[in-house]
Amino acid sequence: MKGNTYKNIKNEYVGRSYAMFCGILIVCLTLAIIIFLGYKGINTFTKEKYSIIKFLLSSNWKPDAEIPEFGSLIFILGSIFVSIGAIMIAAPVSIALAIFINFISPKLGKKVILPSMELFVGIPSVVYGWIGISVLVPILKNLSGGIGFSLLAGIIVLSIMIMPTVASISSDALKTIPRDYLEASYGLGATRWQTIKKVIVPASKTGILTGIVLGLARAFGEALAVQMVIGNTLKMPFNLFKPTVTLTSAITMDMANTIDGTPYNDSLWSLALLLLIISFIFILIVRIIGKRGEIK
Amino acid sequence: MNNKLADKIWTIVFYIISGLVVLLLFSLLSIILYRGLSSLNLTFLTTGAKFGEAGGGIAPQLFNSFYMLFIALIISIPLGVGAGIYLAEYAKDGVFINIVRLCIETMASLPSIVVGLFGLLIFVNLTGLGFTLLSGALAITIINLPSLTRVSENAIRDAGRHVKEASLGIGATRFQTIWKVILPAAMPQILTGVILAAGRIFGEAAALLYTSGMSAPPLDFSLSNLFTVNSPFSLLRPAETLAVYIWKLNSEGMVVDATKIANGASAVLVIMVLLFNLSARLIGNKIYKSYSGK
Repeated sequence: MKGNTYKNIKNEYVGRSYAMFCGILIVCLTLAIIIFLGYKGINTFTKEKYSIIKFLLSSNWKPDAEIPEFGSLIFILGSIFVSIGAIMIAAPVSIALAIFINFISPKLGKKVILPSMELFVGIPSVVYGWIGISVLVPILKNLSGGIGFSLLAGIIVLSIMIMPTVASISSDALKTIPRDYLEASYGLGATRWQTIKKVIVPASKTGILTGIVLGLARAFGEALAVQMVIGNTLKMPFNLFKPTVTLTSAITMDMANTIDGTPYNDSLWSLALLLLIISFIFILIVRIIGKRGEIK
Repeated sequence: MNNKLADKIWTIVFYIISGLVVLLLFSLLSIILYRGLSSLNLTFLTTGAKFGEAGGGIAPQLFNSFYMLFIALIISIPLGVGAGIYLAEYAKDGVFINIVRLCIETMASLPSIVVGLFGLLIFVNLTGLGFTLLSGALAITIINLPSLTRVSENAIRDAGRHVKEASLGIGATRFQTIWKVILPAAMPQILTGVILAAGRIFGEAAALLYTSGMSAPPLDFSLSNLFTVNSPFSLLRPAETLAVYIWKLNSEGMVVDATKIANGASAVLVIMVLLFNLSARLIGNKIYKSYSGK
């Protein structure tokens, strides 16, 4: 009996310590990612003495020149434009899907739309990229006469990839609307569309906004699918039908071709650090939206 | 009258949008499968790549994908479930649990290319091992840990709600309760999460480019080779997976029939993902039935 009690106490401590260890590990890993990427990414500014302002606002990118220039505005704008373009297509469709699932036809929504969303999420990003290259790019080529690899191709591929994210988060938000709101609205004689427009969407604004921000974050960080279809040319992303380049595609393309420790390589790590910081900003925005939603 | 008309029109619009999205999915899937099926045969699945001539297969990459999945799950399941137990059972409200949650949120939203670069820095360069299967599996663990932790936490909370106090009441310790009562009950739900994660791991490429590398040495399953560094089961060899291979086929024009191979490989990836989703759904239904007593 006494041995058993001892064993139980020991197990209790071992179990608790292990669970605690896993919790601490997550914190350590996150900190390690921040510290190591920060340490590598800061070299451009400390070792090369390149100014942060120029890094962010200049479009002069000559990392392997005699006097290297690391202005990465093109990458930043490329990433911003492709993500915003994607969310502009994905958001309305996703919100419509969320409304359909919850209010128009819950039966079809549960049997058809939700499983479809899961499959959309499941298709790997390289497969999206490959379909982009082999189906979408030729179509765009015929339409516009360019080479097909373009900002628009990136936007279309990304919009399909982030649609399930936005749709599922918006749908969760719509689900939590109190029934009273709907009954009150119908009781006043409002039609279903009026209820959707005037009651449902405004009441779930916070959740829908969270979905949109998370969709944007996903679009911003997606690497391979975008890299495969966007063309990767160092050109400002001001023409939908012309190729351009993004932060992620630049890192993916050039990391293997540069030698560790060179200014060129350091500048790619700075791009990665920038990507990390931007993903923090997205988390911050989501948190702020959540907080404001709570107060109301 | 106008309002009713508007209502009808918008209802139709919602149906059309939803219909188009489903149509898009089906056309995507059929394009992938239709184009892939012509190159899918046994030789394609069982031979390696050929250089400079047509007719190469995807055997090493396919093996690497499965092996990578296996190793990544072995590393990430205990950690994810452990963290889930911690959050659901042991953690008390306070500053630390908020930090853990913030970190999970942060990790979950990291772009996978950033995780890959972190892997390059730590697992590949700092340890001096170079591109290895183990580095890839560790990078994937970082990607998967947040979702696995969340799934386990929710499963353990759901399962523990009713039985926990009964178990504690008859004198079981907290750990006994978790180990013998809650975990078995939470297992099916955790399993569903794991299978869905498996689908994601199988198709992951961005995090693997710079961790497990872009080369797949031929696999030699002869007995004399099994216990050397070049063994197919070695964790310390470069291991290009199927998803990475598709990407490489497009960025480097090394293979003659790259299009055909990429089509076939995409079909294999999508079929696997469909299988993972289907099995997760079946298990999910089973849980639902056992809970609702049907």
